[in-house]
Amino acid sequence: MLNVIVAVVVRDLRLAMRRQSDIVSALFFFVIVVSLFPLGIGPEPDLLRKLAPGVLWVAALLATMLSLPRLFADDHRDGTLEQLALAPHPLGLVVTGKVIAHWLVSGLPLALIAPVLGLQFDLSADALIVLTGAILLGTPALSGIGAIGAALTLGVRGGGVLLSLLVLPLYIPVLIFGAGAVDATVSGLGGEGHLSLLAALTFASVGFAPWASAAALKIALE
Amino acid sequence: MKDRFNLYRFASPATFYPLAGTLIPYFVALAVLFGLAGLYLGMLVAPTDFQQGEGYRIIFIHVPASWMSMFIYLVMAFWAAIGLAFNTRLSGMMTQALAPTGALMAFLSLLTGALWGKPMWGAWWVWDARLTSELILLFLYIGYMALTAAIDDARRADKAGGLLLLVGVVNVPIIYFSVKWWNTLHQGSSINLAKSSMAQTMLWSMLLMAMCFWMYSIALALMRARTIMLERERHTDWARVELSGHLTGGEQ
Amino acid sequence: MIYWNSFSDFIAMGGYGFYVWSSFGATALIMTIEPIVVARNRKSTVARLKRQLRADARAENRNTAE
Repeated sequence: MLNVIVAVVVRDLRLAMRRQSDIVSALFFFVIVVSLFPLGIGPEPDLLRKLAPGVLWVAALLATMLSLPRLFADDHRDGTLEQLALAPHPLGLVVTGKVIAHWLVSGLPLALIAPVLGLQFDLSADALIVLTGAILLGTPALSGIGAIGAALTLGVRGGGVLLSLLVLPLYIPVLIFGAGAVDATVSGLGGEGHLSLLAALTFASVGFAPWASAAALKIALE
Repeated sequence: MKDRFNLYRFASPATFYPLAGTLIPYFVALAVLFGLAGLYLGMLVAPTDFQQGEGYRIIFIHVPASWMSMFIYLVMAFWAAIGLAFNTRLSGMMTQALAPTGALMAFLSLLTGALWGKPMWGAWWVWDARLTSELILLFLYIGYMALTAAIDDARRADKAGGLLLLVGVVNVPIIYFSVKWWNTLHQGSSINLAKSSMAQTMLWSMLLMAMCFWMYSIALALMRARTIMLERERHTDWARVELSGHLTGGEQ
Repeated sequence: MIYWNSFSDFIAMGGYGFYVWSSFGATALIMTIEPIVVARNRKSTVARLKRQLRADARAENRNTAE
C-alpha cells in the first residue's frame, strides 16, 4: 500500500523537476500578489500587520489553484491515467500519492517563503512562526480538496476557471482557521486552537479527498 | 416486493413524465393558496414587532427563501446519492431541474437579507454568520450549475455534478461552523435577530409562506424536469409518442 | 381582524415601506419571471425536438421509398 503511494510520489516529483519553471512561476505569483497589497492599501505598519494573515492566505489559495489543472491533465493526455485506473491497486492510493507530490511542489515552497513575505508586513517573530506552521499544516488540505475539483473538471472545456469556481468555496474553512491562527497570535490569544482545527481539516481532507477524486476520475474516464 | 416494483416504475421517465404533468397544476394551485393565506395573515393581520417595527415583515419571505435554498440543496444531494448508488436516470434530471430554483432562493434570501439589514443594522451587508453561509451556498449552487453546463455528455454531467453535490453537502456544516466561529471571534454577538418570541400569527404566516415557497419550488422543478426528460429521451418510444401527440394536438 | 387603520398606513409600513415593498416586489418579480422563462424554454425545446422528429421521419420515408 505504502509502496504504491511512494512510487507515485517519486514519479510525480521527478516529472515536476523536469518542469521547474512551473513551480517557480507559482511561487513568484505568490510573491507578487502579496507584494501588491501594500501598494494598494498604503504602508501604515499597523494596518499591514492586521491584514497580513488574510492577504498571505488568500494569495496562497490562489497560488495553489494555479498548478491544480495540471494535476491529472498530463497523465490523462498520454493515457497513463487510464493505465493507473485499470491497475490492481486502488486508484485512491494513486491519487493520495499525487496529492502528496502536489503539496511538496506547491504548498511546501509557499510555506518556506511565507516568513520572508511576512517581514514585509511587519509581523513579529511569533506571528511569523505561526504563519509558517499554519501554511505548512493547511496547504495539504488545499491540495486534497483541489484534487477533487481537478478530477471533476478533467477534460472539460473552460476547466481552469471552472475549477476555481468549484474549489474556492470549499477552501473557506482552511482560510478562516489558517488566517485566524496568525490573527490570534498577533492579538495575544494564542493560535493553538486554530492550528489543531487546521490539522484536523488537513487529516480529514488528505484522508478522504483522494477517494472522492478517484471516483470523479472514474466518471471522467468512462 | 410490490412496493419496490412500483417505486422503480415511478422512477422511469415514461411514467414520471405524464405524472409530473398532471401534478404541476396542483402544486401551482397549492402555492397560490398558501401564498395568499400567508400574505393575508402576515401582511394584514399580524401585529407589529416591538423591537423591529413593521420592517420585520420581510422575514415572511426572507426565512422561507433561506429555508428553501438549504432544503433544495439537501434534496439535490439526496437525489445525487441515489443516482450514484443505483445509477437511475431520473435522479440526475431532478438535480439539474432543482438547481436554478435553489440558486434563485439563495439569491432572494441574500437580497431580502440586505433589504432587512439596511434598516435594522444600518448596513446593506454585514458579515453575519448566516448571511455569509448563504452567500457561500449561492457559490456552491453556481459551481454545480457551471460544472453540469460545461460537460456535454448528460450522463457524465449527472455523475460529476452528483459527486460535487455530495462533497458540497459534507462541507456545508464545516463551512457553516467555521464561518460562525470566525464571526463570533471578529464581531462578538452584537448582531442577534429574531430572538424575541414570535406571536402566534407571525409564526403561522411564516409557515404558510414556507409552504408556498415549497410548492412553488416543486412545481418549477417538475416543469424543468419534464423538459430535460423530453430532450434526453427523445429517441425513446414514449418521447416520440409524446412529441407526435403535441404535433397533432398542437399548432397544426 | 385587520391590523391596519388605513391603506396609506399599510403602504408606509411604519416607515419601512421601501424595504418591505422592494423585498416583496423582488420576490414577486422573480417568481413571475422564472416560470415564464421555464415555460418559454420548454416551448422552444419541444418545437426543436418536433422539428428533429419530423426531419428524421422524412429521411426514413425517403429511404424506404428508394
